[in-house]
This record gives sequence, structure tokens and C-alpha cells, in this order.
Amino acid sequence: MMPDLGKYADAVLSSYAVSIVLIIAMVAVSVLRARKVRAQLDEVEARSRRNG
Amino acid sequence: MASLWEYANPKKFIQTTDRLLPWLSVLAAITLVIGLIWGFFFTPDDFRQGSTVKIIYLHVPSALMAINAWLMMLVASLVWIVRRHHVSALAARAAAPVGAVMTVIALATGAIWGEPMWGTWWAWDPRLTSFLILFLFYLGYIALWAAIENDDTAADLTSVLCLVGSVFALLSRYAVNFWNQGLHQGASLSLDKEKNVADVFYHPLLFCIAGFVLLFIALVFLRTQTEIRARRMRALLARERLG
Repeated sequence: MMPDLGKYADAVLSSYAVSIVLIIAMVAVSVLRARKVRAQLDEVEARSRRNG
Repeated sequence: MASLWEYANPKKFIQTTDRLLPWLSVLAAITLVIGLIWGFFFTPDDFRQGSTVKIIYLHVPSALMAINAWLMMLVASLVWIVRRHHVSALAARAAAPVGAVMTVIALATGAIWGEPMWGTWWAWDPRLTSFLILFLFYLGYIALWAAIENDDTAADLTSVLCLVGSVFALLSRYAVNFWNQGLHQGASLSLDKEKNVADVFYHPLLFCIAGFVLLFIALVFLRTQTEIRARRMRALLARERLG
């Protein structure tokens, strides 16, 4: 199934590896920060409601 | 139809993007996976560049997004300067790291592609150099937001930086047309069929470009929501400290 990349296999595979790792890292960081900030805001809002 | 300015209301923006985000994310993932699998597994080698032509499916979309992310930040910054809508300033802030990553992907895949084709990883070619400067502008923009505590002051200063950096965003797009002495070829995509890449490469490339655009929009929506929430949290914490 893997195409024959010939003498340029290293270049092609490393391009895909670098790009895919960077894209996954960017998505993961964005999702994790979104969750963290959302939870923190919920906590602060609940506290400020309690304190009036 | 709702006015565009309604989305300047943070609550309305979060409500609307919350509904759109799952669809956008799934569509981005599907389009990107189809484009990359099609390009990597089911396209032939180029008669001159061999299998390195497969790098086009990452290099061209990421370079396109690196430039267009900055232009989106420019529009958002202008909206902030003119109308003082916080959501637009925060959207520009949210887009910057995504644009920076796109620039890194474009620079890295370009260097990896350049080595076997040009015999060098890097050359001080007009397009490559303007892209490197664009990347430095991204870093400066992100650092400036992080360095200033007051959100409005940060939005003002970063908007000015964005205006200045737009020169390099446009230069990185058109540098090959201004100066012909560089190593980098002209645009891979053109309305002129003669100058465009062959159809066998063009169709999967369109999928990859669509995938990168959708991914960018989804990430900017998510990150803008986060910036809106972070801003509200800072405001509440400041009120707590005062009270």
C-alpha cells in the first residue's frame, strides 16, 4: 500500500511527520487550554455568585 | 439576517460558534484526511521532482494560511481600531499562534523540499526571507500580547504591529513577482490553466487547502472563545481583589 518514494523517501516522510506532529500539537494545546479556562471561569463565577 | 456586528457581543459569538464548532471540526478533519491520503497514496511522481511533489499537499496550504491568517488578523485589528469591539481584538490574538504554526510548517516543509531540489535547505531568496520575517512578526505579535497587562492597551499596540507586519505578509505572497532572482518558483495555483499545476495534483491539493482553511476557522473560533472567557475571568478576579 505504501507508495514507492524512491530516493526522496526521507524528505517526503519527514515533511509529513513534522507537519502532522505540529498540527496535532496545535489542536491539542488549543483544546486543553479551552477546557482549563472554561473550568477556571466556572469556578470564579460560582465564587462571585456566592459572595454576591 | 443578523447583522455581522451582533457577533461583537461575546455571548452571541460564543453561542453561535458553539453550534458551528462540532460541524466545522468534523468537516476539517474529513477534508484534510481525504486530501492528504489522496495526495500521498494516489498521485503519481512528478517527472522532474519525483516523489517530493507530495510535499506540495502540506507546503502550499500551510503557506497560504500563514499569509491569510495575518490578513484575517489585519481585518480584525482594523475593526478593533475603528469600532473598539473586544471580540475582534481577541480573534486576532487567537489567530496568531495558529498562523505562526502554519508559517513554521511552510518554512520546514520548504526547507526539506528545497534540499533535494535546489541543493540547499535555505537561501536568502525574496520569498523565503519575507516568510522568515513574517514568522518573526508572528512571534513579536504573540510576545506583545503576553507582555502587556492591560487588554485594551495590548490590543491597541498589537493592532499597530499587525498593520506594519501586513507589508511582509503581502510581500511574502508577491515577492516572487517583484524579484525574479530568487530560487523559489512562482505560484503553484493560477487561474491560468497553463500556469496551474496538473489536474492530477490540483484536485487533491484543493482538498488539502480546504482542510487547512476549515481547520484554521475551527481553531480560531475555539481559541477566541477561550480568550473571551479568559478576559471575563481576569475582570472578575480584578473585581474580587477590589471588593
